[in-house]
Amino acid sequence: MGARHGGALSARYVAGTSPVHRLPPHVKLVAVLAYALVVVATPVHAGWAPWAYAGYLVAVLAVAAVAGVRPGRLARSLVVETPFVVFALLLPFVTRGPRVEVAGLSLSESGLQTGGALLAKATLSVLAATVLAATTEPRALLRGLERLRLPAALVQILGFMIRYVDVVGGELHRMRVARESRAFDGRRRGALRVVGAAAGALFIRSYERGERVHLAMLSRGYTGRLPGGPAVAVPPRDWATGLTLPLAAAAVLATGMLLG
Amino acid sequence: MHVPDGFLDAPTSAATGVLAAGTVALALRKAREELDERTAPLAGLTAAFVFAVQMMNFPVGAGTSGHLMGGALTAVLVGPWTAVLCMTVVLLVQAVLFADGGLTALGTNVTLMGLVAVGVGYGLFRLLVAVLPRNRTGFLTAAGVGAFASVPVAALTFVLLFAAGGVADIPVGTVAATMGGIHVLIGLGEAAITVVVLGAVLAARPDLVHGAAHLRSADALLRRPEAVLPR
Repeated sequence: MGARHGGALSARYVAGTSPVHRLPPHVKLVAVLAYALVVVATPVHAGWAPWAYAGYLVAVLAVAAVAGVRPGRLARSLVVETPFVVFALLLPFVTRGPRVEVAGLSLSESGLQTGGALLAKATLSVLAATVLAATTEPRALLRGLERLRLPAALVQILGFMIRYVDVVGGELHRMRVARESRAFDGRRRGALRVVGAAAGALFIRSYERGERVHLAMLSRGYTGRLPGGPAVAVPPRDWATGLTLPLAAAAVLATGMLLG
Repeated sequence: MHVPDGFLDAPTSAATGVLAAGTVALALRKAREELDERTAPLAGLTAAFVFAVQMMNFPVGAGTSGHLMGGALTAVLVGPWTAVLCMTVVLLVQAVLFADGGLTALGTNVTLMGLVAVGVGYGLFRLLVAVLPRNRTGFLTAAGVGAFASVPVAALTFVLLFAAGGVADIPVGTVAATMGGIHVLIGLGEAAITVVVLGAVLAARPDLVHGAAHLRSADALLRRPEAVLPR
């Protein structure tokens, strides 16, 4: 449970023509994954680690600036971290090992380091993933995942989910409007039964929609496979541009390891 | 409860990644038995439903609200293998498009919320269905208990993973007790929501509930002859 997930899928993409927008989706996916790997690989207890995090932050913010992703959007994306911020804040109190006094509290030294590192790493990869989502259409991401050899059946399921998630979400929203216009109060006793019945109805509608979609596809000659166009070759220049972010991060990491 | 990047070390992340990939590969094969060639559209729409329902806030008494994780509910509704696929797809979309749960931790998240939550929830449900009375109350009790247990067990699995491959040296007992305690409460909310939603679906379209096949076969045999008498 924890923080609410979601929002409309279509609202994730911010249309634009920046170099980041124009990169092939699978290149961007590889770049963000590689960036996350470099960030995660940074040793927690090294003295230079905070400098490395600062370097990674500069790199990802530079990409965000090139892509024209607004700072407000980046800041809002950090909300998903909330449950784990609590966990990271608890670490200095519960970690074993030598303790230090901070403002009258006895805190674990390694717990402070670890908690800080966890927050820094999680924040950095959330920022990178946000830039990816803001510059790549969901359907393009799907093609990217297909290109990266995600099993075809999973790609199809993912495709249907992406196509219909806003339809199902819209249905949910209309149910809420209908409920609240009939003076529904979520705090009253018995509210759970009402909302639960709505969720049940939502499942039935979604499932029946799936059945209709399947029949419509059959009548258009669906045989279990979705035909896709031929994969376009990606020029090496695009790979070079796309991998700038992880390579910059890797350079920061290497510098830290050599000098630190 | 989405694990972000950097919480677990590389070997643990890789191990859970391999485990998750294996589970998904198996689920892709087995889901065809549950949904035949309709797998893609139906699992896709069910995943959209799970995603939407995770955005829905449910009142869970005392002025607080929670939202559903949905592993056990989905497994009872559409079958465990399809549920694994739905949860995987939902987690993938959340990681890639919402930055919710790290990309390098995707395997861990699929293991926790796909494999463990669905496995424990559905396993317990099947077990209880076998021993409880074969009626609506027995069915809903079994699903409720399964949904309840799925949450703390997934949370404790995370604590175990963190103890094995976490980046901090924490006293496992204390953290397990705290996480377990909190997630027992969350599990109660999950159980309440699961039972109410399943009750609603069972009342309207019992034929759609995969886990209630044993309830409807008797009904269908009793009612049909009365309805179809054209003479």
